[in-house]
Amino acid sequence: MAKTRVVVAMSGGVDSSVAAALLVRQGYEVIGIMLRLWADQAGADAATNVNRCCTPEAVADARAIAHLLDIPFYDIHAEGIFKQRVVDPWVTAYAEATTPNPCFNCNRSIRFGFLLQKALALGAEYLATGHYARVARKADGRFCLLRGKDEKKDQSYVLHVLGQRELAHAMFPVGDYTKDEVRAMARDFGLPTAERAESQDLCFLTQGDYRGFLVRHAPEVARPGPIMNTRGEVIGQHEGLPFYTIGQRKGLRLTTRSAQAEPLYVIRLDRANNALIVGSAGELGARRARVRAMHYVSGEPPAGPLRCSAKIRYKAREAAGWLYPDPDGGATFAFDEPQRDVTPGQGLVCYAGDEVIGGGIIVSDS
Amino acid sequence: MRPYWREVFGNAASLHHFGREAAAALDEAHAVLGCAIGARAGEVIFTGCGSEADNLALRGVALAMRRTGKREPGHIITTPIEHQAVAATAQQLKDLFGFDLTFLPVDGYGRVDPDDVRRAIRPDTVLVSVMLANNEVGTLQPVREIGALCRERGIPFHSDAVQAPAYLLLDVNALNVDSLALSSHKFYGPKGVGVLYLREGTPYIPPITGGGHERGRRPGTVNVAGAVGSAAAMKYVSHQREAQSARLAALRDRLIAGVLDRVPDARLTGHPTDRLPHLASFVFKDVDGESLLMALDVEGFAVSTGSACTSGNPEPSPVLLAMGIPPAWALGSLRVSLGYDTRPEDIDALLDVLPRCVERVRRYGLSDG
Repeated sequence: MAKTRVVVAMSGGVDSSVAAALLVRQGYEVIGIMLRLWADQAGADAATNVNRCCTPEAVADARAIAHLLDIPFYDIHAEGIFKQRVVDPWVTAYAEATTPNPCFNCNRSIRFGFLLQKALALGAEYLATGHYARVARKADGRFCLLRGKDEKKDQSYVLHVLGQRELAHAMFPVGDYTKDEVRAMARDFGLPTAERAESQDLCFLTQGDYRGFLVRHAPEVARPGPIMNTRGEVIGQHEGLPFYTIGQRKGLRLTTRSAQAEPLYVIRLDRANNALIVGSAGELGARRARVRAMHYVSGEPPAGPLRCSAKIRYKAREAAGWLYPDPDGGATFAFDEPQRDVTPGQGLVCYAGDEVIGGGIIVSDS
Repeated sequence: MRPYWREVFGNAASLHHFGREAAAALDEAHAVLGCAIGARAGEVIFTGCGSEADNLALRGVALAMRRTGKREPGHIITTPIEHQAVAATAQQLKDLFGFDLTFLPVDGYGRVDPDDVRRAIRPDTVLVSVMLANNEVGTLQPVREIGALCRERGIPFHSDAVQAPAYLLLDVNALNVDSLALSSHKFYGPKGVGVLYLREGTPYIPPITGGGHERGRRPGTVNVAGAVGSAAAMKYVSHQREAQSARLAALRDRLIAGVLDRVPDARLTGHPTDRLPHLASFVFKDVDGESLLMALDVEGFAVSTGSACTSGNPEPSPVLLAMGIPPAWALGSLRVSLGYDTRPEDIDALLDVLPRCVERVRRYGLSDG
């Protein structure tokens, strides 16, 4: 019988390399594909391109690993579609005075959009990635997305955009392991990337410098303006709203002395007035978060309010509360305890135990 | 080739006896190549690749023919279906050196009409470049007629013949060319060796400057083993060419008939008969050429596509667009090159998997979600 064909999204890094190696060992017919994504070219010389994705070296690493595993390997261009579906909306979100997470669009439109279609066109049944998450099938036949085994590395948050169609074709081979186990396996498999440092920042930025990126590519979204307290008094000057996020304390240049009596935090980005609103720790925090278009992994919203927990940032701690689906497709999450940094633009992702219920982009904290 | 990696390691440009041995081998390689194309040994220049041969010819001749002191140093005529080695060089001659550039029209088969060449020629025309056989669709060009026109007017005529030598007998005098570019791996020689034929007396300024290698027309240490391998390959194809071309043309036609019969919404590209004997090329409506190429590769068929997917938003091949093929078809182009080793069973096997692959690639077209 013919082997089941699986396409692995390879990056040259350790996680996707081990994913590929595991699938080969499990007896799949594995095909490696590396996507060439758009990356900021400014200042991207050899010394500074630490986080720039798809460098010639990364392509060579991925190709070498595919060669080692004796699997076909294709690096295919996706710069245009990535720029259009991921980078441009990310810039637009900053222009709208929010703090976006581009990984959602990437997973939806690029990895499990563009690349999944390529995989299916190649006759593959599955697309595997090196994400730390798991897919399971419920008794009713539906697929569910589960947290990865390694709590510290869990990436289910950025995968909440997947639905039934995508999960039916998704595999996350390293999701059943911890990062340490993955590194150990990489060594056992003899993969040369076992010890490679992890990239932390957005893949298309040079050295994670999103400020420089915005200044170069969208200077109009970063206009200086007033810093105001909640009483409406101007107490300083900001350099452009995209350079601040809710809960931020450092880097605020305040001119009024009295304002510095207690620490001040960013509590709101006021787009209409291009003003940065700051306040005390006591003024920070919200009991609710509203999401405009709530996506449910199961494909259907719950019948009524749902007791679950929510993450409001990739690295945030989960908070318990109630999810109230709205008839308009949005949702409101009511936290049991006020959350400090509810930030428009970030994702609110709901969990029931290890299972991802769904999520959406936060539009407001009320 | 093998002795020239180790035993005969002399630099052909050196006077000492090691060098002499290599120089003798290189002389022989020039003679073999020259003889194969009806040229003198001294008119053959070994280069690093076919692209380099095209570059040397276009830039070397255009710059030598430049009308000094004029706002436009001269006029170059070429086609919209050239390989990038010619297209990009011509474009650079325009952009950086100020030459005026005319692209000849091509018909639906990708063929140039010599009458259009006649009409395009101007008093300031310094160079005409028309490929012998197109690499994407295989159509043969009326090079002999175009060459004759150029000769009457004293205009140097270059032809990129990279696709041809394994299948067509080339004679530089019959073809009326002043320069001709070849690439050794296209006639079963080593990769990374090109050949430029440059007719004695053709105006030429060496674009690479340096020592006196290749009579100063391509300075730089010559790849002796590569040149020897090239010559051996040229001898080999000279013996095989006639029989193989006839055999492959029959297989090609069988492949073409099979594809048009079994794959819905498929068209042959290029001229049905006046084409390279080993090359079949198609377009399929609403198919992503890159996905089709990968799907066939996974099935064990190494084919190519003319559509360049350089960004994730596929771009149709300019060659196919120039031939008037609509973009929705041009995006799904497929080129199948047969070779001396291709057997009838290979054609049958491809005909077996291709309809399925096309169907699947069509079904999972690029998502717009």
